Amino acid sequence: MAKKILTEHINVPGIETFEVYRKQGGYTAVEKAIKTMTPEEVVEEAKKSGIRGRGGAGFPMGMKWGFLAKPEGVPRYLVCNADESEPGTFKDHHLMKCIPHLLIEGMIVSSFALGANKSFIYVRGELMYVIRILEKAIEEAKANGFLGKNILGSGYDLELVVQPGGGAYICGEETALLESLEGKRGNPRNKPPFPAVKGLYQSPTVVNNVESISNMPWVINNGGDAYAAIGIGRSTGTKLISASGHIQKPGVYEIELGVSVDEFLNSDEYCGGIRKGHHLKALVAGGSSVPILPAHLITKTAAGEDRLMSYESLSDGGFATGTMLGSGGFIVFDETACIVRNTWNFSRFYHHESCGQCSPCREGTGWMEKVLHRIEHGHGSMHDIDLLVDVAKKIEGNTICPLGDAAAWPVASAIRHFRDEFEWHITNPHEASQPGAVFMGAVLA
Amino acid sequence: MEEIKPQLIKITFDGIEVEVEPGTTIMQAARKIAEADESQGYLVPPAMCYYKPLPTSGGKCRACLVRVAAGSAKDPRPMPKLVPSCITQVQEGMIVENTTNDAVLDTRKSIVEFLLINHPLDCPVCDQAGECHLQDFSFEHGSAKTRYEEERRTFEKIDIGPFVQLHMTRCILCYRCVYTADQITNKRVHGVMNRGDASEISTYIEKAIDNDFSGNVIDVCPVGALTDKTYRFKSRVWFSKPVDAHCDCEKCSGKVTLWYRGDEVIRVTARKNIWGEVNEFICNTCRFERKKTSDWTIEGPTKVKRSSVISANKYRKDLIAKPDFALKLAATQFKPIDDEREYTTDIETVRHQSIENNDKANHRSLLPQNNN
Repeated sequence: MAKKILTEHINVPGIETFEVYRKQGGYTAVEKAIKTMTPEEVVEEAKKSGIRGRGGAGFPMGMKWGFLAKPEGVPRYLVCNADESEPGTFKDHHLMKCIPHLLIEGMIVSSFALGANKSFIYVRGELMYVIRILEKAIEEAKANGFLGKNILGSGYDLELVVQPGGGAYICGEETALLESLEGKRGNPRNKPPFPAVKGLYQSPTVVNNVESISNMPWVINNGGDAYAAIGIGRSTGTKLISASGHIQKPGVYEIELGVSVDEFLNSDEYCGGIRKGHHLKALVAGGSSVPILPAHLITKTAAGEDRLMSYESLSDGGFATGTMLGSGGFIVFDETACIVRNTWNFSRFYHHESCGQCSPCREGTGWMEKVLHRIEHGHGSMHDIDLLVDVAKKIEGNTICPLGDAAAWPVASAIRHFRDEFEWHITNPHEASQPGAVFMGAVLA
Repeated sequence: MEEIKPQLIKITFDGIEVEVEPGTTIMQAARKIAEADESQGYLVPPAMCYYKPLPTSGGKCRACLVRVAAGSAKDPRPMPKLVPSCITQVQEGMIVENTTNDAVLDTRKSIVEFLLINHPLDCPVCDQAGECHLQDFSFEHGSAKTRYEEERRTFEKIDIGPFVQLHMTRCILCYRCVYTADQITNKRVHGVMNRGDASEISTYIEKAIDNDFSGNVIDVCPVGALTDKTYRFKSRVWFSKPVDAHCDCEKCSGKVTLWYRGDEVIRVTARKNIWGEVNEFICNTCRFERKKTSDWTIEGPTKVKRSSVISANKYRKDLIAKPDFALKLAATQFKPIDDEREYTTDIETVRHQSIENNDKANHRSLLPQNNN
């Protein structure tokens, strides 16, 4: 049985209540940190743990905390990014819904480390019931003296606010999130200045993902070194993977980083293999924005090594033959999936979610979606494929925030690995636009 | 008494060294080069959203992206991505590549393409034509052909008051008018609604924009999305003659440019610098109500760049009269156009092609919408 950090007690009945969570060893990290450690020591433990941001970018959390500017007389803020809206990713939702006190405990410890007296949890607007669960948990924690004024008699105050978002994907980008939190339109800001210098209300701010923060109680209780011992290389600790698609057992799984993709995909402990009678065609390993991989590059890298579930191994080979761990949205496609239709679907999402601030993304996402729609519905021509590649290339890297990249990568990678399928759609327009078309011996759904 | 000057920062822009004050942006450094030597004007990155009189504007249109080949003397690593020159501050020893870098020019070309895919090509009926930044930008950096076959985005017209005409379909979402309302008027009543390519400049439930300085949004708009209702369809800018004038105004500086057609003042605008930016914002009374010569003290003809269609050499009758004038003018304007299409002069073929293109466009507009 693999090591469980976040989901160890997730199936204990009543874990969402304070009493049960406390009985399972909850809030000991708060006691340990506030009573026996200085904020600097907590930051040091986070650095030692080597934990990397779980929201998708994989930036070391301890290093991010180290960048926080600490001018005199200016408040500092910790903001938890719970605006999880990437297609294929549903790990934070699961965590907050089932074990809300874990996040709150993590928030208290992290806020203490950063010297923040007011912290925010920005939750995706669609998850109203999760917001109520979190608010109830905060009330319980406050009633038991773990939140509010003078926590555990230490003189440290912390107020925790749950803020519902408006349901925009772009507000998961940290600066757009801060704008939205300030009550403005959720447009990403130009960087620099980075949030660590000028963030929420122009004050130094750290924005962390739910899963990253939820790891902190364990790191405090067991030490950063113990956390760093789990996992492989620079990918330390465990990761929640939300598996979906054509597999036997879709769901959220906690894995030790470094498990092989083959094991994760086929063992009964995790996904349980592709659904019966079908075989693997493609995989999106880290949420809809990362490049899609064809079957032959999933379990082995281009160099023939086993591909592992880690930041490094998944990105082995760059974007030519690799992908990214991203946010851990593991979407599996069997041979019945139409790649063109799927790419169009992803593209439609990014078109809909682009904030419209900078021109390449505003105009380019819509353009790509329209061209893909045409190809899927039998009105494409061969030069459309090269056009898509070119438009994706022109969007990538030229936008304010990473949404432009996220919109370009799935399209570029789908054409890179499945060009024949795009061409087949164009040469057989009538057949391809109907359900039940047969491509390379497989009936497309 | 000697003035205390801050230590200047030296940067290299397209191989030209320039010294600027700390905190200057790359764009301002480039403009400094061009202001010192007019022949270097082509070096300056184009700005569609950045507007110096409006702090915090910029960074949105991505037209001014440049490559930083060396970040600073201390850390000479190149920056990984192209950076927006309008908001990136210079560092000592920074090396910037603009027109000398093909990747930058290639990106700029694609930005023109992105801006134009949803912009109507209705310049012949647009009041902004002749003083449109997007026209200039696409002439300088764009391509003669389009790769966009889809239906263009259009918007319902809304009424935002008696003076300003909003033509949202032409908008390129530079946010300048939003910053103008934020920064020089008491209360902003218009803003950006919706998101992505559906976002539009609008007021809340078609509320009229009504305050003394609302007319300035017309001057800051780089395209014909916000135009003057009192000037609508009256003239083309190149038929009118700009003259600097002033008056004693209690609300604003009163320094304006009057646009004459014959003896009639057909339009009043704020004075603009060579980068097309307003020097001093003016009030609505000056702009919309003082349209008689007797309201103003005339200072003299406005200086207009010779290459501009507005100048059209109205002021130098002696030059126009010279026999080689047309050739010389053409030579200053000539620029090879990026167009690799094969062309034919056979009238039957041309007719056939245009029918084919029309059919194609009609066919597209009949396709089901993208919402199934």
